[in-house]
Amino acid sequence: MSDEHLSASLAAGAEDGEGRWAFGTGFEDPLHGVDTTVPDGVDAGALAALCLALGDDALVGAQRLAQWTTDAPELEIELALANIGLDLLGQARLLYARTGQVDGTGRGEDDFAYWRDADAFRNVRLAELPRGDFAFSMARLLALSAWRLALFQRLAAAPDPVLAAIAAKGVKELAYHRQFAADWIVRLGDGTEESARRMQAGYDEAGPWLGELAADTSADALGGDAAGAAAELRQVWEETARAAGLTVGAYPAHPGAGRSGERTEHLAPLLEELQSVARAHPGAAW
Amino acid sequence: MTRPGAAVTVPAALFDAGLDAVLAEAARDTGGPALRAVPDGGPAVASDADGDGAGDGLELARAAASAVRDPELPMLTLADLGVLRSVAYAADGAVEVALTPTYSGCPALAEMRAETVRALHDAGFPEVRVVTVLDPPWSTDWISEAGRRALAAHHIAPPGPAPRPSGPVPLTLSPTRTAAPEVACPLCGSGRTEEISRFSATSCRALRRCLACREPFEHVKEI
Repeated sequence: MSDEHLSASLAAGAEDGEGRWAFGTGFEDPLHGVDTTVPDGVDAGALAALCLALGDDALVGAQRLAQWTTDAPELEIELALANIGLDLLGQARLLYARTGQVDGTGRGEDDFAYWRDADAFRNVRLAELPRGDFAFSMARLLALSAWRLALFQRLAAAPDPVLAAIAAKGVKELAYHRQFAADWIVRLGDGTEESARRMQAGYDEAGPWLGELAADTSADALGGDAAGAAAELRQVWEETARAAGLTVGAYPAHPGAGRSGERTEHLAPLLEELQSVARAHPGAAW
Repeated sequence: MTRPGAAVTVPAALFDAGLDAVLAEAARDTGGPALRAVPDGGPAVASDADGDGAGDGLELARAAASAVRDPELPMLTLADLGVLRSVAYAADGAVEVALTPTYSGCPALAEMRAETVRALHDAGFPEVRVVTVLDPPWSTDWISEAGRRALAAHHIAPPGPAPRPSGPVPLTLSPTRTAAPEVACPLCGSGRTEEISRFSATSCRALRRCLACREPFEHVKEI
């Protein structure tokens, strides 16, 4: 397929409203053509809140991973982190689209990603902490991906078929993310004195934020078995530490919860960067 | 995907000491219900649902949609890749084509959709709708035999059987980076290859190198 051919196709798509290829705002609905009715018996409020929270975890997590672009230790690592971020971005798009269908507002993914301020986000705060060094990034990625994988495995049987399908698809991707993080944690923890010291520091920095993940029960209303997911996260966290020769402290959890809207000072600057182009040029597409 | 029980302990199988158990598990699960809908790894392009034969032009529509090429792996058609799920007439007479994304964030889906609409317009179908199907999720097991040959001919190693764990997804805790399935070199055929990175130029490919001929190559990783 020639580029010219492709451009013609995309232009034709844009004209009839069927699609547009744009890197910016103006993407088409990622749930295009999916049956979007909410089944009887599903609490639409709880479903919308969960989809929004899981979408926010993914969007904010993807943005932090993107901060490694041009700055990763190796080209291969940069590609990996960008790919992981891309998977999460795809999950966020689907989850935001579902949120807007269910909450009755009809908002689309752009509305959620670009037009909300920090206090409207519901991601866990671990996702928004500064990028940190590579060791901290791997500790955070392990925690977030292990927890999300455990939740998504359970949500694959959710009574809402759209959320269930998003979760079932995400499980396959998250298994690769978790494996990537665990591989690096073991290698760094089991490496030189310096790498082990920094990996331990990364674990110690992320550790106190895990309590917030374990305390989140918002998935229970959709069959998510939050307690089971929290236990699985704990086990992955500890087993990986053991294999890496790291110690897991009895960290006092930071009070509060991102799920309730409490934020660190780090989210607003992150969003300012993420949202700047969309807000400077509302509705722009190219 | 079966829902794990609510037990607070996770089965030890979550932490897999080696690959053999994972592969054995995958082998046991081959042909699970989610995949049985797509026999022989081929794409589930819908057959003539009303059984009235090809007189209604659907065969032509199906052929046009099947010939559209993947923008990132252009040696494959969307049918070869297994993302083309069905081609059928909707109640209003439009041709409805169902596509499934490979990865949630696959940026090629919009191109695939636009290209499919164009191909059907060119084939004489003015009313075309492309819908997205998320369930069941795409698997590399759906890449056709022809698609696998085309990948290999372009020096991209085709995927092996996709893992289908029914319980917790195994996590391998190993100090080496070669804990990935055995993949033969698409250039020299040697089985002595190692993984450089599980992520590569696109979401669906890993980067490997051959220890015999020393060439790096890409591998469509199992999902």
